[in-house]
Amino acid sequence: MLRISLDKIDELFEAVNSQQALYIPTDRKDGAAEYKKYESGMKMSNKLNTVRSAKDFFFPQTENLVEFKMEGKKIEVKDIREESEDFVIFGVRACDARSFTILDKVYLVEPVDSFYKNRRDHGTVVTMACTRPSETCFCQTFGIDPTAPEGDAACWSDGSFLYFKANTDKGQKFIDSISSLLDDGDTAELDKAIEKTKTIMSKLPLANLSTENFGGDKLNEYFNSDKWGELSESCLGCGTCTFVCPTCQCYDIKDFNTGDGIKRFRCWDSCMYSDFTKMAHGNPRLTQLERFRQRFMHKLVYFPKNNEGEFGCVGCGRCLSKCPISMNIVKVMKALEVK
Amino acid sequence: MQEAIINKAKQLLADGTVDRVIGWKKGEFAYDITPAVFGSAEEIDADFVYDDFTSANVSKYLVKETKKEGKVLVFLKPCDTYSLNQLIKEHRVDREKVYVVGIPGGPKLDIEKIKAKGISGILSVKNENYTLKIETIYGEETMPFSEAILDKCASCKSKKHVVYDELIGEDGEVLESNRFDMVEQLENMTAEERYNFWREQLSKCIRCNACRNVCPACTCEKCVFDNPTSGVENKAASDSFEENMFHIIRAFHVAGRCTDCGECSRVCPQNIPLHLLNRKFIKDINSLYGEYQAGEDTTSRAPLTNYTFDDCEASIVHERGVE
Repeated sequence: MLRISLDKIDELFEAVNSQQALYIPTDRKDGAAEYKKYESGMKMSNKLNTVRSAKDFFFPQTENLVEFKMEGKKIEVKDIREESEDFVIFGVRACDARSFTILDKVYLVEPVDSFYKNRRDHGTVVTMACTRPSETCFCQTFGIDPTAPEGDAACWSDGSFLYFKANTDKGQKFIDSISSLLDDGDTAELDKAIEKTKTIMSKLPLANLSTENFGGDKLNEYFNSDKWGELSESCLGCGTCTFVCPTCQCYDIKDFNTGDGIKRFRCWDSCMYSDFTKMAHGNPRLTQLERFRQRFMHKLVYFPKNNEGEFGCVGCGRCLSKCPISMNIVKVMKALEVK
Repeated sequence: MQEAIINKAKQLLADGTVDRVIGWKKGEFAYDITPAVFGSAEEIDADFVYDDFTSANVSKYLVKETKKEGKVLVFLKPCDTYSLNQLIKEHRVDREKVYVVGIPGGPKLDIEKIKAKGISGILSVKNENYTLKIETIYGEETMPFSEAILDKCASCKSKKHVVYDELIGEDGEVLESNRFDMVEQLENMTAEERYNFWREQLSKCIRCNACRNVCPACTCEKCVFDNPTSGVENKAASDSFEENMFHIIRAFHVAGRCTDCGECSRVCPQNIPLHLLNRKFIKDINSLYGEYQAGEDTTSRAPLTNYTFDDCEASIVHERGVE
């Protein structure tokens, strides 16, 4: 298998960066990891995951869509779309890699979202297999194997070498672009490391969490469940879960008045917010219970209903660590589950 | 302590003093505790927890709970009682509908500080003589309790309960705290250094509003930033300075009312030390208008909403703002 010594990882990053923009997860001063544009000397984080997910690369928190310029009674409509530059996101975990499949089901079906597609077309996702899963991990619940991540190209570490495998043509192109740095090597050590990770995966506290009793046919069982009241009663109605979530995909479109025109932008929205789904007639979800229920019904029932059984969660565990009141999809699944 | 609290809750439910209890519910792991309302002894026996991770200030839930029928029991740590008093002062909570039991507070633990040591796969956390024994899927780890203390507890201002109907345990004193040390460090920076400090911190903001929504001083029925007809609703930043503006405006809005409970920084998913903005206001109010602690009582006039002949001149406030 093609590999490079971990001692040479800086050379690898330099080589990639000389060809196209490279983003890697790196540690901030406060110790948390975030994706940053690579600069010489930057070290890759060995944290399990970044606070913000990798969805930001394809679905940024805010982006301008179109501009209107007004001169008297003349309105000029400006298409401000530009071709994205080519870029590589390196070190994406298996959970985040799967989130792109979920986002694709929303943004790449007709009518295709050209803003999203532009970035998907130009971005290469290089994943990194997990070696140290955490108690908050439950990607297995959604059929994700963190020792065999998706993405255009996948890579594995055995502590001494990084091994590469292409999953798509784009991934093959990426590997070809760095082939002068790679050697073919034996995978005996890597195989051992993968086995070790698999053993840990089976011992995780959420290893047995199952989606068996959820899905598109469970609307009536869960929508009127009497559990929603107690599950949502201490929800703050903030957007933390939504904004750290790699699969949350809802946005709002608004106009910004520039004085002599309008910038129309979209920004992430949260179903937890009181003005989400607010329409001319009012808001169909008046209480936090209804907003809270929407978020989980969407992930566990509505999304699979409309997407051949695919759930709207990848088990990354971000909401488990970040919710200010520690309420999350795992607690919801366990409380609701009707067998 | 947990046992004494549970017994008290069950007793007050049984004798009809209250019909429900606000407390903390245990989670999936050792640390993921959720504020909850308990309606029966059975629910309390099943899930009520009070331990090193029950740091959430539950006083704000009383705004909602006291609008309902009946009387609610709430267990408050010393810091939480300041929040309740401030809410009573602002007529946001009906005192008659709450039965307050003061309980000993922290120091509470910050799971993020444990995880920052590289400890992961956490199954249990035990405090043995102020050494944490942490059982993980990768084996047992230990670390000093003192290194995992929540920031808001590390700069605790008071062990005294300022409002209660009864206490479990002894009441404490207002402490000499070091809580303004970091504010002083920021004051001693040059304007540029300070600007850079805040730019670095506030640029991490993802505008999730957790700080605002958890804040006991933020109880507006409709926040101006959520109101589409206000003209300043901002779900998205229109430029790179807007997140800074949001936090600065919020700090101004709670100035003189913030009790320094520290919840804003505790819940921030991006570890922004938001409490430092509030503490700067508290420190300035202390030095310009005389020592004042929001939430200390329910009757005094607050310095920023009360004109006196002793107030410092506007020019003095202005001069202090000039480098």
